[in-house]
This record gives sequence, structure tokens and C-alpha cells, in this order.
Amino acid sequence: MCTNIIEQATITGAAKGADGWFRMKTALVSYDHPIHLTDEHALNIDFLESPSGARVAVEMDAASARALAAAITEAIRRAEEADAIVQVA
Amino acid sequence: MAYRTDQQESIVAETVMVTGAGGDQIRAFFARPTTPGPHPGVVLIHHAPGWDDWYKEATVRFARRGYAAICPNLYERLGHGTVEDVQVLVRSAGGVPDAQVVEDVVAAAKYLKAQPDASGKVGLIGSCSGGRHTYLTVCQSNEFTAAVDLWGGGVVMKPEDLNANRPVAPIDMTPNLPCPLLGIFGNDDRSPSPEQVDQHEAALKAAGKQYEFHRYDGAGHGFFYYDRPAYRQEQAVDAWGKVWAFFEKHLA
Repeated sequence: MCTNIIEQATITGAAKGADGWFRMKTALVSYDHPIHLTDEHALNIDFLESPSGARVAVEMDAASARALAAAITEAIRRAEEADAIVQVA
Repeated sequence: MAYRTDQQESIVAETVMVTGAGGDQIRAFFARPTTPGPHPGVVLIHHAPGWDDWYKEATVRFARRGYAAICPNLYERLGHGTVEDVQVLVRSAGGVPDAQVVEDVVAAAKYLKAQPDASGKVGLIGSCSGGRHTYLTVCQSNEFTAAVDLWGGGVVMKPEDLNANRPVAPIDMTPNLPCPLLGIFGNDDRSPSPEQVDQHEAALKAAGKQYEFHRYDGAGHGFFYYDRPAYRQEQAVDAWGKVWAFFEKHLA
């Protein structure tokens, strides 16, 4: 890694990859060189089943990442406000 | 060793195995002239995106210029797949340890020196994270006669960015630099930023080291990569000229 900016989040969820749906367990979030975008650096997220398993990759610029993070936070806030989130033990 | 139309060319390029850090067998791309030696050597350190086509092509380019050139796969231990698959493995692992990289690169230099037609002089070049690894390695080894840092990010590090994989900021090793250094940078780069390049240059100056830095306007990070939008033709051609001249001067 050039910037060495990497964060990992443990995820319980599902994602649809090249071979269909899979259980995703990790989100690797990095700010580094993208593969597809033309930007020098980008916010990259790899949703992984495992490091060598199924994967969904997204790359976006920093402003888009902030907008996405804000949208996620807002959606969760509204769900909490509506008492719609049930915690599973 | 600039190209002439009447030169007789003959090179071989292939994947070989090198005994790297910890005795591990790692792949390396080895391209060399088959014309009579002695041939100087060059080790290429690939960039963060990985052991990719650009680096294989650059390795061949050095061979056509008369160098025995080798580019070890620093991500060997993490597994194989497409370059982007391997990049995910690298991110999952949090990168590769500096100490391991240094040993792998030194092993590649020794591999070159063990060739029967080796001149005994070996240069080192790397870009992006490979530029940082170039500086790290050359400051901890006496195997190299000259080194080229192409926009190495993370030579200057904040204390809070140090970790088990990257325990020492390369700039702090400057007093140990044993050979001439060429640095190539784009002034629009943010990693390293022009301010970080200033800091690096000040450290070299303070330590009385032999170096030349060239900084290009209108260029950012990775401006040699002809397969990326960052490519800057005019600046890249000029800077490649400086790389060839530097190695010819110090490795011939």
C-alpha cells in the first residue's frame, strides 16, 4: 500500500458478486490506489466473504464516500427513531 | 547503453525462484541480455498495486538496455490470482512487513551477483511503495551501487503511523545511505507531497549524502504509468532519461 490507510470492519450481511449472493464477513476500507477509477487515490471498499473468497469491490472519490457514510448514518438514525431496529442476541 | 539500430539484441525473460526472507521461495521476473557480459544488474521493486504488467515490461526494458534485471514478487506469500485479487489479500494482511521486503530485495541482488556474467554492480529502483522500499533497503544494505526512488510515499512518516510492519520511518535511516540516490517526484503528488520531498532532501543534505532530486510540474503520483491517466508523456520521457543516465554513470 502506498498510503497504508486501511480499516477493517466485521460485517454480518450478504452481497451479490460475480457468482451470485454470498455471506459477507468483512469490509476492507482503504484510501489508496483504485483499480478502475482514474483518480490517483480513492476510497475503496472490498466486501469480502474471506480474503481469497467472493468479493464485491467499489471505488469512489472522497466526497462520494462522505456522502455515502452520511446517508448510511442517517438511514440508521431514522430506523432507530422509528424503533425499527431489533437487536438479535 | 542507449539503443542503437545496429545493435545485436538478445534477451531472455522468465520467472525464476529466489530464496527470500525466512528461506521462503519467492517468484521473481528475471530479464537479462544473453550477449557476452559482464552485465551490471538492477533490482526493480514493484509498486503497491502489485507485481503487475507494468513492472514486467519495465524489467524487460532494463534488459534491452544491457542490464540483468530482476523484479521479485513481494506479495508471494499472500497467494496468487489476478493482480487485483492479490491486492485484496495484501490489504487484508495490512501490507507486507518492511523487514521481509528488505530481505527479499537483498536476496534478489545476491541472485544477480551470483550470475556468471555479473559485473558485480547492482542498482535498485522502485516506485510508489517501491520507492519507499528502495530507500529502506538501500539504507540497510551494502549490496547496491546506486538507487532510484520514484515518488516513494511514506519515506517521511508521523510517529502515529509507525506500526509492527513499518516500525521505522525511512527518513530516519538517511545517515546510513551508502550510495548515490536519484529521486524523481511530481509536484502535484500528495504521497509524497512536495513538503515531504523537501524534508527528505533536507535530511540528505544534512547528512552530506550524494543525491539528485528532480521535481516535475504538471505531474502527480505515478506519472510513468502509461496505462493510467496519471501518465505525463513529456515529464516521463525526461525523467526516464535521467534514470538511464544515472545508472549508466554509476553502474557502467
